Amino acid sequence: MKNQRLQRMAVTSASSLLAVFVALCICAVILLITGKDPIEAYRTLFGAAGDTKVLQGALNRATPLMISASAVAIGFKMNLFNIGVEGQMRISLLATAVAGAAIHLPAPLHVLFCLIVAMATGALWAAFAGWLKVKRGVNEVISTIMLNFVALSLVAWAFDSFFRVESTTGSLLVKTKELPTSAWFPDIVDRRLNGMFFVAVLVLILFYVLVWKTKFGFQLRASGANPGASRVTGVNPKRMIMISMLLSGALAGLVGMRSLLGDVHAYQNNLAEQQGFNGIAVALLGRNHPLGIFISALLFGYLGEASGRLQLIDIPKEITTIMTGIIVLAVVIINEAVKRWDDRRIQHKAALALEAVAVAA
Amino acid sequence: MKFFKSLSTGQRTIALSLGFMMVLSIVRLFTNADDITSSGTISSTLRVATPILLAGLAGVWAERVGIVNIGIEGMMIIGTWFGGYGAWKWGSWAGIALAIVAGSLVGLLHALATVRFNVNHVVSGIAINILAAGTTEYLSIIFFKGQQGGGESQSPAGKGGYGEFDMPFLSGGRIGSWRSPDMLGWIEKKHDLPLLPDIAGLLRGLVSDIYIPTIVAIALVPITAYILWRTRFGLRVRSSGESPQAGESLGVPINRLRYQAMAISGGLAAFGGAYLSCVFTSTYRQGQTGGQGYIGLATTIFGNWTPFGVFRGAILFGFPSALKFRDEKNVPALLLVIAVILIAAAIVSLLKNKQLLATGLLIGAAVSAATYFLVDEVPQEFVAATPYIVTILVLAGARQQLRPPAHAGIAYRAGENH
Repeated sequence: MKNQRLQRMAVTSASSLLAVFVALCICAVILLITGKDPIEAYRTLFGAAGDTKVLQGALNRATPLMISASAVAIGFKMNLFNIGVEGQMRISLLATAVAGAAIHLPAPLHVLFCLIVAMATGALWAAFAGWLKVKRGVNEVISTIMLNFVALSLVAWAFDSFFRVESTTGSLLVKTKELPTSAWFPDIVDRRLNGMFFVAVLVLILFYVLVWKTKFGFQLRASGANPGASRVTGVNPKRMIMISMLLSGALAGLVGMRSLLGDVHAYQNNLAEQQGFNGIAVALLGRNHPLGIFISALLFGYLGEASGRLQLIDIPKEITTIMTGIIVLAVVIINEAVKRWDDRRIQHKAALALEAVAVAA
Repeated sequence: MKFFKSLSTGQRTIALSLGFMMVLSIVRLFTNADDITSSGTISSTLRVATPILLAGLAGVWAERVGIVNIGIEGMMIIGTWFGGYGAWKWGSWAGIALAIVAGSLVGLLHALATVRFNVNHVVSGIAINILAAGTTEYLSIIFFKGQQGGGESQSPAGKGGYGEFDMPFLSGGRIGSWRSPDMLGWIEKKHDLPLLPDIAGLLRGLVSDIYIPTIVAIALVPITAYILWRTRFGLRVRSSGESPQAGESLGVPINRLRYQAMAISGGLAAFGGAYLSCVFTSTYRQGQTGGQGYIGLATTIFGNWTPFGVFRGAILFGFPSALKFRDEKNVPALLLVIAVILIAAAIVSLLKNKQLLATGLLIGAAVSAATYFLVDEVPQEFVAATPYIVTILVLAGARQQLRPPAHAGIAYRAGENH
């Protein structure tokens, strides 16, 4: 049993690695066609790993990705595709920035208060999509896409009409009122790595325990894999949809907190942009498993941080965005192929066993 | 009600549009927002609606063949880039042609992933959106940076226009060198009359100042309807989206059809993108699509997966933006239009004995009318969010009337699951 599980894990990791390798190869071809030297590009890109500053930056970038990927993955476990992490994050960013600046609390409580507000507002916005799915049968892919844009407009309007504060330093960047220092999430190592990184790791650990070590997690996975069968055992699929949507939204609320509490300390346009959306790629490459998500988030965080180096040798850093797209496509294609190959292998094994029985008889 | 039901579909459409024009006319007389039915507004509505329309048609082709296309936005982005590149190098028509070719290839990539490799349609669509954004940004730096008028996120200006078209006699088009009288324009200016200037404005908007690519795009609506519902190819495409197993058992080459329909879908979406970068403006700009591919997806749903429905949706979603574009002061008048329409809907639902729905609609009407009297200006963000909110409401409230293709988005492999 244990051996089989290890084998499966090895196959899974190998196929994710293969996907990354394929993406590197295709990008090398693209670089060649456009007259750039791929070897030099990759040497620069991965050579940056020796620089601690780059590595710390990569960890900072990986922080929101780990959380947003968990938000996506918890939906996937229930067969739900929450594309709305970006919108849920936006809503919670503004709400937290406003609520956090309005009150005064001692430091640890203030940060905790902000995190709770963020999770609550994210869950609230996700609850819309959950309600639409459960009560009105609306596909969550469509509703979350639409709600993303509604959130974008709503936040832009509310920010512009009520919460913007003209800057005193004469900078053109408009922000909300700055959070009091008691709400700042402290940096930990060397004033470079923000403490939210450890919150993200904690989220991954909790995610693992919840999904694989509790009764609820078992029901969640069962309901996602076979709603009909688990319904017979007394698991209400609608309830599971609603709960996983709320959990996913609560995590989505946390995604932007590194940028808000750990970096900018106020809401501004483009804050944490795309961090919710990018979680989808991380979750897919990490195969919805906390360990996989951790490693993929580090990889994407590193690519994002090190890509700046490419510009020094006159290669557009956007090659890493192309790489991300190819990785997503390659990983799902390879998974599908591996699954079919595995199915055939098992079928073949069963056929051989059957034959042996027939011969014996 | 009985009388209305006795009419044919065409007659009903005419009756409803006349009713709608009447509402607009009354609101116009009441608010003096003359621009809400002016020919200028109508023609700019067409311009704003064209890319949405094309994206919506791309959605229809994809979903009708059974493939969910979240990648419309990405295909549009590809269209904007190649449109801008082609227009810069060889001229505007070449830009559109190049965009359509590039978009079809992206459509084929989506088909390859979903049909050949059986990848989840939504995942593949997301991958295409990421790829499209990355590729165009990368290519812009390689090709446009350092060129005259170009930059990291912008192409140099395209060559050549498209020639605008005016209908002779109706909107003052030229015959040879002689300028014919502008009859509709003359009626349109009689603002004190009810209804007549509105209808004249609508008609004049449809036949004046209109780009030829717009005419092509609008012509694609009946063409799509004809192909999908009146030809053998179309019947097969739809069978692939409804029940591929049944089609396969009759010898329909499902996989090949899916490749073909996805190439068409990608081409249409990219045409929509190229419209933005070489017709609506003359340069490619990064982020030019601004989510219009998703509005297109919304119109596919709003239009019940039919080409004419998509057309209606594109006009409806384009109208507020066009109005906003011309003069912000006209947008609040739309609130009154909404109020009147909601009251009409409330009366209809009262006649059908649906008191609860009628009450809801009346409350909506009251809120909308009250807002009109309270605010001077409708924020830009509300105009932008309207298509998405309407689509959510339609999905939540009118699901019984919607009929998506039964097999769209479901994994299918030839020879399995029988």
